[in-house]
Amino acid sequence: MINQYPLWKYLLLVAVLVASGIFAMPNLYGEDPSVLVSLRNQQITEETQIKVDELLKSANVQTKLSELKDGKLLIRLSSVDSQVLAKDTIKSFDFIKRNSDYTVALNLAPATPKWLQSLNALPMFLGLDLRGGVHFLLEVDMVSAIERMENDLASEMRSFLREEKIRYRGIKRADGAISIQFRDADSMEQGRLKLKSQFRTLEYSVRESELKVIAKVSENALRDERRSAIQQNVTTLRNRVNELGVAEPVIQQQGENRIVVQLPGVQDTTRAKDILGATATLEFRLAEGTRADWYNADRGGSVPLNAKLYRERNGDPVLLKRRVIVTGDQINSASSTIDSQSGSPAVSVRLDSKGAKKMGEVTRNNIKKPMAVVFIENKVKTELIDGVETKVRTRKEEVINVATIQDAFSKQFQITGLESFEARDLALLLRAGALKAPVEIVEERTVGPSLGKDNIEQGFNSVMIGFALVLVFMAIYYRGFGLVANVALTANLVLITAILSLMQATLTLPGIAGIVLTVGMAVDANVLIFERIREELRIGNSPQASIHAGYEKAFSTIADANVTTLIAAIVLFSLGTGPIKGFAITLSIGIITSMFTAIMGTRALVNLIYGGRNLKKLSI
Amino acid sequence: MQILTGKTKIDFLGKRNIALTFSLILIIASIASLYTKGLNLGIDFTGGYLIEVGYSQPVELEPVRKVLEQSNYSDAIVQHFGTSKDILVRIAPREGVNSASISDEVLSILKHSSEEGVEMRRIEFVGPQVGEELREQGGLAMLIALFGIMIYVGLRFQLKSAFGAILALVHDVVITVGVFSVTQMAFDLSVLAAILAVIGYSLNDTVVVLDRIRETFRTQRKGTPLEILNLSINNTLSRTIMTSVTTLLVLSALFFLGGEVIHGFAFALIIGVFIGTYSSIYVASNSLVLMNVTKEDFLEVVKEAEEIDDLP
Repeated sequence: MINQYPLWKYLLLVAVLVASGIFAMPNLYGEDPSVLVSLRNQQITEETQIKVDELLKSANVQTKLSELKDGKLLIRLSSVDSQVLAKDTIKSFDFIKRNSDYTVALNLAPATPKWLQSLNALPMFLGLDLRGGVHFLLEVDMVSAIERMENDLASEMRSFLREEKIRYRGIKRADGAISIQFRDADSMEQGRLKLKSQFRTLEYSVRESELKVIAKVSENALRDERRSAIQQNVTTLRNRVNELGVAEPVIQQQGENRIVVQLPGVQDTTRAKDILGATATLEFRLAEGTRADWYNADRGGSVPLNAKLYRERNGDPVLLKRRVIVTGDQINSASSTIDSQSGSPAVSVRLDSKGAKKMGEVTRNNIKKPMAVVFIENKVKTELIDGVETKVRTRKEEVINVATIQDAFSKQFQITGLESFEARDLALLLRAGALKAPVEIVEERTVGPSLGKDNIEQGFNSVMIGFALVLVFMAIYYRGFGLVANVALTANLVLITAILSLMQATLTLPGIAGIVLTVGMAVDANVLIFERIREELRIGNSPQASIHAGYEKAFSTIADANVTTLIAAIVLFSLGTGPIKGFAITLSIGIITSMFTAIMGTRALVNLIYGGRNLKKLSI
Repeated sequence: MQILTGKTKIDFLGKRNIALTFSLILIIASIASLYTKGLNLGIDFTGGYLIEVGYSQPVELEPVRKVLEQSNYSDAIVQHFGTSKDILVRIAPREGVNSASISDEVLSILKHSSEEGVEMRRIEFVGPQVGEELREQGGLAMLIALFGIMIYVGLRFQLKSAFGAILALVHDVVITVGVFSVTQMAFDLSVLAAILAVIGYSLNDTVVVLDRIRETFRTQRKGTPLEILNLSINNTLSRTIMTSVTTLLVLSALFFLGGEVIHGFAFALIIGVFIGTYSSIYVASNSLVLMNVTKEDFLEVVKEAEEIDDLP
């Protein structure tokens, strides 16, 4: 029997259609303006939620829904105006103001119903060109990162040789290596051996005649240095972006020395640039007096002349000596570890030679006394003052850790008495405190909210109008079969949406263009089939035989034609950047789904309508 | 409804010399224009700044240019974008200036020079290095796409057909790019994407015709190669036109409704669809004629599966 499909094919089609319908649905519900409250490294508790809800209520802010999700508090609002109001209100709450770990950000939360969420059905993610926002590509200056590392090594060598009482004439960085000039052959040999045992990662060579030892940083060490430079910069930038209060930011490494920063919804690019470029540092200071003195000073009591009142991050006061022991510039590296003696979490810090010497002296003389780590961030903000844009520099100082000196230490030491997440955090902050290497913005793409809105509207309109035009045209030209093709085309659009939503792909304007193009080209398969059927009818074949032959003969042509387009789309995807990728993704998906709907989908319908019947004529 | 009854017997290849001349003229003109005028490359490829701002009232360009000139941006290109309320400023990259801040500065100048509100619509900055990379990547993408398709067509069809298809492809790309050179429309990343899509579309079209030529050569016992080619083109004519029409329908929706940002993209594709349709009728089959294609050329091909079981 020709033109009949086995039941399983129908079941498969129905299953695919129902599934794609469900996964495409979240896109119909739109998004709620909302405010996202999060706490760094901690979960927001139900207590906090209740507290925020009550405070908002008493401040007369109408909320739609407040929910805890992944440890964050999401408050949905009914309008954009109340969204901004809610954000400002929450920010003004005392407990939020006092704890800088809180981030309050504007957000658009998908208004997907619960039952769809439980199926993990989520709407497509809108690209920056559709929702507005900033895209930066930052390039890390690796040359200066390496230079800095070599300079540090050179100065460490200087003080090391001095300590070891080996006479040398000079140490300088030259041609990607460190050259150590000695006075005589004896001290050169001695120096070489000593240096080799102390600085093990370096590769040494000797220029006998010039009395020089050349120390080169190994390729591996250089690679590690580059990798750590970019990773540390990413961490620093991520922390800074948190300060901006951006929901769903993207900060990721791209290639060997670049970092992508995407901030949806941010329009003030000047501020974003200032913050990304901000310099932050650390200071180690001795504490002054006792805990009682600190609270006393906080309550308006006297502050000794040689001290200054600081605050811990939880708001507790600390009195610290004005004299700085060591600054962040002198930190070479930091990592979280476990203290081998106590087994408790710790942060391991490595200072450079100058810092180590200073630290050694101070700690030797202050055992059992508290020492504090102060985090300092300098920020530059551009503000409009009397109609003139002025750069405002602010300095934020907070104590991130107070610990008791157990023993004298110098170059390498550990800070204990921390929770494990705190240790990790502190190490991160020590590393992320300052950008490891300078960054420069090499690409910026910012889309304002009005353009984003226009882009969505125009994109949506062109898809819909284009789609409608094709539907009408097909119905007129191929009548009954045209309607079948139209059903398939509609299914195709749903299928593309479902797949994009499932992949959580980012929909961009070029992506929409890809969908539009797919709509136009998807009917090609049906045109090929229908034209074949008409031909078969024309040479006098029976309707049933014509349908069968039409589908069969057109298949290899359709496959060939689509494979070639797919090749172009895949090349686009693998070589393209941002905007091109979006186009390539939707085009590729569209080609594949259209093969499914236009061939199998229409065949199923045609078989259902005409299969097994005695036909005289076809509506084609 | 049927516009083409399938009984068309247009002697397409009878006019093949006219078509050949026409194609040659277009290609030579394109290459000449590319050589002399070049392409109006967008900042994606050259590096530079692009600032789009929206005003609440229609604005004149001259005052804006003056203001920018006074602030040392005399090289700024100022034009309307889409409507007379929108202004697009383009600035070439500068040496030694903290690059990313220039766009902020220009935006601030524009904001202060107007009494009513100026709204930031779009800021783009591409560093010269990134521009160069995008240019290289773009060229590479085009070559790899052509190469990949060449391999596929070479495997699927025999040598002469594959050659004809590639010829049609190059023909379409050169002319589409040529149109961008002659009109000096901005050639940016999205236009490049469109050109790659044109490669896909044009080939799609050509493959359908070639497929039919192969089939006709195998099934038709009589007739000269020229007659068989003509017959194949006539048989697929209805489909060629139908698909072009539906594609053009959606593309014009995109062109007229998609907004300024997508204009170049839609334009490139529209040109590509026209040229691609023409080339699949003339260029591929014409080159087959020029290569003296015969029935034997199609018989030596590896035999296809006799019966594709109950497809699809």
